[in-house]
Amino acid sequence: MELPDESTADIACILNGEPIRARVPLRQNLVDWLRHGVGLTGSHVGCEHGVCGACHVQVDGVVVRGCLMLAVQADRATVETIEGATSSGRIRALQDAFFNRAALQCGFCTPGMLLQAAELLAKNSDPTREEIRQALSGNYCRCTGYHAIVDAVQAAAASLRA
Amino acid sequence: MKPARFDYACPGTLGGALALLAEQGPEASILAGGQSLMPMLNLRMARPALLVDINRIPGLDAITLLDGVLTIGARARHADVLTSPLVQQAAPLLIQALHHVAHPAIRNRGTLGGSLALADPAAEMPACVTCLGATLVLASASGERRVPAASFFLGVYATALEHGEMILRVEIPAIRPGWIHAFLEVSRRHGDYAMAGLALAIRRDGAHVAEASIALCGVESATRRQTEAEAALVARGVDAACDRFAHLDAMGGAEITAAHRIHLARVLLRRAVGAQD
Repeated sequence: MELPDESTADIACILNGEPIRARVPLRQNLVDWLRHGVGLTGSHVGCEHGVCGACHVQVDGVVVRGCLMLAVQADRATVETIEGATSSGRIRALQDAFFNRAALQCGFCTPGMLLQAAELLAKNSDPTREEIRQALSGNYCRCTGYHAIVDAVQAAAASLRA
Repeated sequence: MKPARFDYACPGTLGGALALLAEQGPEASILAGGQSLMPMLNLRMARPALLVDINRIPGLDAITLLDGVLTIGARARHADVLTSPLVQQAAPLLIQALHHVAHPAIRNRGTLGGSLALADPAAEMPACVTCLGATLVLASASGERRVPAASFFLGVYATALEHGEMILRVEIPAIRPGWIHAFLEVSRRHGDYAMAGLALAIRRDGAHVAEASIALCGVESATRRQTEAEAALVARGVDAACDRFAHLDAMGGAEITAAHRIHLARVLLRRAVGAQD
């Protein structure tokens, strides 16, 4: 990807609240730039074809697959990764609930799960278990069997309503 | 798993995009939501010389309802169509179907026009616009033309789009009084590709089905109006309509046989019409 004659473009965006400028290879996807170009390794790279959800990041306020968007398309966008969502505290209730319910084992899927669950709770403060499963249907977890994750999202929703 | 090299253009106007498409011909690919193109690039199943990113062209995502016609811009994101009160009012079939389209993060980016242009046989949107008698408005550097959905889908990933053309918008006749929409689907897990899906619009006269429009996804290689089954449904009821599905040219495959897809199409039709399975 970093070949000397690689075609590149210059981008400027807001990343986790801070303006950033970068030169990115045209064919580099967003999550690879975040990990290798910026050093934000909280977003994970799993399937690289839009199936697993490990690479979820938020772009202009909505959760997207970081492997299905080019880095160059982030020009002029507002991007938030799991690092930004964590430091702002906006997903704290979910993170606490995942910890308390042991809703993770290896943790590879967790950043993507948290961002998608946060988007659900922003729209629906009291989702059913079925609604949670549908919202997370595009996020693969190979450890937990999902039950504890659904429990944790429900618990977080309850704590946010309290 | 990274894409091969490509050039990238992000024109700010429709005219600019169409000029690039005319110039590059089959070497150019349109990048809209990217939710199918990006996987194909990553897998190197697609190797375009140029990506024409249409995400900065103003107005391509507008949704309007005027004089009984619902118009949806080609770049309208699935998530925006799904939550549009105009779509809910004029084409509830789309709302029902969009719940089956992939997952929230994909719907946040994926577009109606992208789904129609790709023409995946398992995709829900081609069946819906066919069922609803929509018209696709296509644009190229030499002008616009209008293609009925019923003659747009030609086969697996094959459409009436010519090189240099892109979908501009979709015009859907708004639902009329007395009509009901239903979209049903069977897939392995929520959001997976349809093993079979059914788009249905019917008008009842008492218990009798007076008019019907049926289109399937995940069954035949190109979605189409199931006119024989529609006629049978109106003339003789759901059993007769299910009989007509024996003539479907269903896709085969090691995992899901043609016979199984036809079985599922019948199950879905019975459910949708309200008969017992």
